[in-house]
Amino acid sequence: MIRDWLTQLVQLAAVLVLAPLLTGVTRKVKARLLRRRGPPLLQPYRDLLKLIRKETVVAENASWLFRSAPYVIFATTWVAAALIPTFATGLTFSAGADLIVIVGLLGTARFFLALAGLDVGTSFGGIGSSREMMFASLAEPAMLMVVFTVSLFAGSTQLSTISAYMLGPQMGLSISLALAIVALIIVSLAENARIPVDNPATHLELTMVHEAMILEYSGRHLAVIEAAASLKLLLYMSLIACMFAPWGTAVAGGGAAAYSIGLVAYAIKLAVGGFLLVVFETATAKMRVFRVPEFLGVALMLGLLGAMLLFVSRVSQ
Amino acid sequence: MIQALWLPGPLLLTQLAAAAIASLLVLAVLGVFLARHPLGSRFVYGACALVCAALAGLALLALLDPSPTPSQIRLAVGLPLGQTLLALDALSAAFAVIVNVTSAIVSVGAIGYGAHARDPQRVVPFYPAFIAGMNLVLLAQDAFSFLVGWEFMSLASWALVVSEDRSEGNRYAGLVYVIMAAAGALTLLFAFGILAGTDGGYSFAEMRQSAAFGPAALVLVLALIGAGSKAGLVPLHAWLPLAHPAAPSHVSALMSGVMTKVAVYGFMRIVFDLAGPPSWWWSVPVLVVAGVTAFLGVLHALMEHDLKRLLAYHTVENIGIIFIGLGLALAFEASGMGAAAALALVAAVFHVFNHSLFKSLLFLGSGAILNATGERDMEHLGGLIHRMPVTAVTFLVGCVAISALPPFNGFVSEWLTFQAILLSPELPQWIPRLLVPAIGATLACSAALAAACFVKAFGSTFLGRPRSQVAIAARETDLWLRSAMVAFASLCLLAGVLPGWVMDALRGVSDVLVGARLDSQAAQPWLKVAPISADRGAYGGLLVFAMIAIAAAATALIARRVASHALRRAPAWDCGFPDPSPATQYTSGSFAQPIRRVFGSLVFRAREHVEMPKPGAAGAARLRVDMHDTVWELFYAPVIRLVDVLAGHLTKLQFLTIRKYLMLVFATLILLLIIIGTWR
Repeated sequence: MIRDWLTQLVQLAAVLVLAPLLTGVTRKVKARLLRRRGPPLLQPYRDLLKLIRKETVVAENASWLFRSAPYVIFATTWVAAALIPTFATGLTFSAGADLIVIVGLLGTARFFLALAGLDVGTSFGGIGSSREMMFASLAEPAMLMVVFTVSLFAGSTQLSTISAYMLGPQMGLSISLALAIVALIIVSLAENARIPVDNPATHLELTMVHEAMILEYSGRHLAVIEAAASLKLLLYMSLIACMFAPWGTAVAGGGAAAYSIGLVAYAIKLAVGGFLLVVFETATAKMRVFRVPEFLGVALMLGLLGAMLLFVSRVSQ
Repeated sequence: MIQALWLPGPLLLTQLAAAAIASLLVLAVLGVFLARHPLGSRFVYGACALVCAALAGLALLALLDPSPTPSQIRLAVGLPLGQTLLALDALSAAFAVIVNVTSAIVSVGAIGYGAHARDPQRVVPFYPAFIAGMNLVLLAQDAFSFLVGWEFMSLASWALVVSEDRSEGNRYAGLVYVIMAAAGALTLLFAFGILAGTDGGYSFAEMRQSAAFGPAALVLVLALIGAGSKAGLVPLHAWLPLAHPAAPSHVSALMSGVMTKVAVYGFMRIVFDLAGPPSWWWSVPVLVVAGVTAFLGVLHALMEHDLKRLLAYHTVENIGIIFIGLGLALAFEASGMGAAAALALVAAVFHVFNHSLFKSLLFLGSGAILNATGERDMEHLGGLIHRMPVTAVTFLVGCVAISALPPFNGFVSEWLTFQAILLSPELPQWIPRLLVPAIGATLACSAALAAACFVKAFGSTFLGRPRSQVAIAARETDLWLRSAMVAFASLCLLAGVLPGWVMDALRGVSDVLVGARLDSQAAQPWLKVAPISADRGAYGGLLVFAMIAIAAAATALIARRVASHALRRAPAWDCGFPDPSPATQYTSGSFAQPIRRVFGSLVFRAREHVEMPKPGAAGAARLRVDMHDTVWELFYAPVIRLVDVLAGHLTKLQFLTIRKYLMLVFATLILLLIIIGTWR
């Protein structure tokens, strides 16, 4: 009981501390791959500190929604990230929130982000919100289809059960799982505004989506939103790691050694995930906006196919 | 705990409920005389609120303590040689709670709203009659009183739809509505006729006993058409987006929030209770129609820029979601999977409850906006969050809830439906097993599209800069309406945070309909819900809500402590080129344009045409969008054309000589005699 609480608290803190570092690593590796030197690894932390210390400029007609949305977005993303077993299972809160809830929480965050984009009443905010919701209309069902697939394997939507099942002996290679992981990667790219869907580094007006929604933000509001964006990247990587690569995760009730192994394994998984993401991003080009639905449609179809294969292949017991 | 209190017996409960319905009818008659006086209409609405609250309380008592054999009361009025039977069993009681809680709160809102009405005498008398009709349907235990209540509900709501008869659109809506309502009632009449069997026993108890007169499948189809047309299943939804917005907003709230639920009740009563044990394939048409309804409903809503029509189309979507749950329950029940059937059924009824809450809230909100601005078109609104703060907050709660986002109630029922879908690989038949994942994807897709739609609706109505003078001059609505909206919003949060209580209250319903019940959720720690087992999937609404609240508060507090306090108001940045004209904002049309391009080109055959002026010409370039209502063109337009052609031919009969008329009569007589002769 106490150990579960402790794990939960460590997890809450760990995702918060590690998220900017992950962003820093991806930026650094990307720069190195492009033969630039790149910013130092700790630059995202410095950026956040700088933003926090700066004056906040709020548009004249912005409402209370504009000012409170960053905290809602950050809180929902943080809670969602804290529910995923990263280095150890047996999180206290995880028992009351399954995978579908995590998808729902991310939906809440996106809902408020899109509303915040519309609040000031500028054309860029609108373009960002409109496109974000269009992407989401395909990405969210695709994500849920992935959830269906893994849940059908494990017979549960609880992440700790899924992760334990994936480690278990009854788990072999499966076509459904392969389809699901491809779908999940596509969704993760879209949800985190990565190339080829969106470009996190761009400020070229007509191509941006995420950056367009947060264009009016500054100061501490922007810091909170940037932190939420980092957290979201970390969340998706943790999710992929938890469902498809749960090796090394400490089981609830393990010894101190298990927990330290879990932490090290988690750090390695994040580093590998970040590296792969950057390699993929460097190797591809950004798509036109209306190619993205096709790209996400592929994810939806793969997810649906994976789930359907399971539905059909399940011989009634 | 409950047993310790003094409880009225089930018979007394039914008697009291019948008395309450009678008092609603009295109010309707009183309304004719009282409506002209502003205080009189307030009195009628206030009395309606009290009676509905009492009815809700009675139904809740009946729901929490269902007697094994609900005692009926008999009234000696009815069909010749017949009588009227009324009783509150678990199913009736559950729907009566939902209907009357919503009606009570809407009536409170109407106390203020009625003051703005132009012709209160065209609304006030029909309003209590409408509620009485719905309650009669729920209490009825025989086909006669069921249909009488049903028609009462249809006609009273029709009168309310055409109460504002100056606009051409409203008269047309009334016409379409009354035709559809008549056709629906007729199919239900046939369904009951088949169920009554050759003995002609029209009480529900006799129907359960006797063998049906025709195939049970026919009953399913007739119920799907009859109840589905009232609920708004595609393709029978065509009247709904016309009629619901045409009525005054508090009536729209009842029609969308409550009347469609009475139709769901009718379907459940006929198919689950009266038609006998289902076959597995019954679920297939229900699931297909439900999936199409959910998806088409939300896409139509996205294309709308009239706020009330958008909400009406969302009712269509939510009815689809409810019927997905019902279809799953049919499939599970037919395969003997009791617990799964109970889960799907509870998910469906929970969604009925949720939808009646947030849809009524949103319609009341649209009524507040309509009062304040006289505008339903979102392209002329904007920035209302500054001028109508309470309406904005409550409307936002409704938007989040209907988009199925945690921690509000819409999420819980969708979560339960997903859990039911995840149980369906155990189904023994192939066709549902292939169908259900596709239905799951449709459900997920419509949930995501609903979120997009409500970002659009809230964003273009309340956020941004005002797009018209009326939006600039808007004022917050009156206290009655505000308190009604706040009540609905709090219930939305409460049902989302404490879903276990609602699920426990609904255990009796699944007991009656599918003969199985879920485990009590009260035993779960943290007030969370785990319908099958805690290992399979659990949701702690309170936990999630508390975590979000604490995390957000902590972040805000730390930001306040650590961060710079400097805050400056400045013109919008907009990449350095802000345009002062509000016309440069995204409108609801431009917001939905990407989604129209992705989905609409297939579903609505939407095409964009750019008309450029000739070089040198001074005219403006135009962007024109062509969209087709595919369902209307496929199902309704041919029928209308056929009626037109037939009517054209029949007019010839109007100008015959007396000799020809006599010949016609004679020929008909001969024909009928031949038919009767060969029949025997």
